[in-house]
Amino acid sequence: MMEKLNTMVSTSSCSILAETQKRFKLSGEQFIEKILMLCAAISILAILLITLFIFSRGIPVILKTGLGNFLLNLEWAPTSGNFGIGAMFVGSLVVTFTALLWAVPLGLMTSIFMAEIAPPRIDKILGSLLELLAGIPSVVYGFFGLIVIVPFIREYLGGNGLSVLAGAIILGIMILPTIINISRDSIKAVPREYKEGSLALGATHYQTISRVLLPAARSGIITAIILGMGRAIGETMAVVMVTGNAAILPGNILSPVRTMTSNIVLEMGYATGDHQAALFATGTVLFILIVLLNFIANLASKAGRVNESN
Amino acid sequence: MKATNRLEKIINLCFWLSASVIAGIFIIIIGYIAVKGFSVVNLDFIFTAPTRAGKEGGISTTIIGTVYLTAVALLFAVPLGVSTAIYLEEYARRKSRFARLVNLTAETLAGIPSIIFGLFGFVFFVIFLNLGWSILSGGMTLAIMILPTITRTAQEAILNVPHEYRENSLALGASKWQTISKITIPSAAPGIITGIILSIGRVVGETAAIILTAGSSLGMPLSLSDPVRTMAVHLYILALEGISLERAFGTAFVIVILIIIINYMAHLSLRRLSHLSS
Repeated sequence: MMEKLNTMVSTSSCSILAETQKRFKLSGEQFIEKILMLCAAISILAILLITLFIFSRGIPVILKTGLGNFLLNLEWAPTSGNFGIGAMFVGSLVVTFTALLWAVPLGLMTSIFMAEIAPPRIDKILGSLLELLAGIPSVVYGFFGLIVIVPFIREYLGGNGLSVLAGAIILGIMILPTIINISRDSIKAVPREYKEGSLALGATHYQTISRVLLPAARSGIITAIILGMGRAIGETMAVVMVTGNAAILPGNILSPVRTMTSNIVLEMGYATGDHQAALFATGTVLFILIVLLNFIANLASKAGRVNESN
Repeated sequence: MKATNRLEKIINLCFWLSASVIAGIFIIIIGYIAVKGFSVVNLDFIFTAPTRAGKEGGISTTIIGTVYLTAVALLFAVPLGVSTAIYLEEYARRKSRFARLVNLTAETLAGIPSIIFGLFGFVFFVIFLNLGWSILSGGMTLAIMILPTITRTAQEAILNVPHEYRENSLALGASKWQTISKITIPSAAPGIITGIILSIGRVVGETAAIILTAGSSLGMPLSLSDPVRTMAVHLYILALEGISLERAFGTAFVIVILIIIINYMAHLSLRRLSHLSS
């Protein structure tokens, strides 16, 4: 396969060369346009290569194990040839949903606060705080979780602290900026007349928020939650540092858990052969899941735009 | 009436409370790392090389590793991203299939988690192109990661350049490319720079993609084919393997300070941008 790729690459670069020479004789301006177009095509090429290289390594293992078996089998024993990512698949979902459980209500409240209640100055300060919060690297969040949240859970709630809960707390913090920023913008984008009409009809400010503004901003809020979810499922370093990483189904929120992302980063360093391919298969599942979520988020925000223009 | 009044007050309180929780979380995280890290960080910490796997010494080689990776990533991503933006905004018809496809892929790239880029960089640059764990592999992987940010910000910046600028230049007899290179790009520079600053922030904080493509060697890198360890990877290894908590705090503090500075610079250049366009 690699040989085939090599020849593909060399023939295509030959034809590009020939073509550019031909263009060059035509005119400098057209030549520049072609070069720029070639640069623009790099994004497409990148996506194609990413998909090709990850899928071509991952899919054979999935086919060999069977998709259902690969996704649902709870036994991950790569050295003895058992490649079931069931525990990690469930682990990723459990940690993500626990994070959403607290981050969505808190984030939504804050976005309403910023859009509707806070004085402009406070809205601005919170906005730059959130910008910074979004910029802090995941490894720093993971470190904070490991040093502060894990011991706290161990001390006051039991277990050894490395747990679903610790992961959900850190992930929740990390997705707050995504949830708040997008929901806030969509609440602010609701046409003024809606709000004024509601207030003129005698509704209180809070009635207006809950009956008029939130329903009107619904698609933006849904987009925010889905994007937050995608970010949580894809997050790696912070989760690896605080969840204990045992490849078993978590019994409760104080049990350790391993996510799909953790599985990849923990074992990639030493995995070979089928074991390594199984990690690429984990990546394939993750990749498809994330692209699907982004696609849904895209649809939701487009639906919102259509509603607005009507 | 009184009952609704009291209810409104309680609801109002809840809103203020949730915003305070957000601010509180932020202050606790930054404050904790600042307090614990401040006493560790001094010039010695920054300028000496780590010894005994990071148990002793400073973080100089990881700072250099971070700088090299950032430089290589920008070297690839900035020309590509800016060219893409120029093509999309100045040449391509907005609704053309090619332009829509490029926009769609840039959007998709932006949503892919860094561990996937790491996997790709590992199998493509490290193994397929046989570049090994190296600055080159890591830098090119990061370049693909930051490409959407550079492209998007450059697109917006170019879009914001007033049409009269281009028309005046063309009317004076300049060619399309002369207009772009002498007028449009210089006018869009602040926006492009904002994108570059934001991308630097992303590279400084990145861990998952780097650990799979650039390795985690603590040595001083001498060429582009040497493996490196960045500050973020260093922090990860120090903390997870329990090598030195003290030095982990120091490293975290340096990273956070850098991110704050980068954020502030992005803010400044954005403000300059809005001044220019108004």
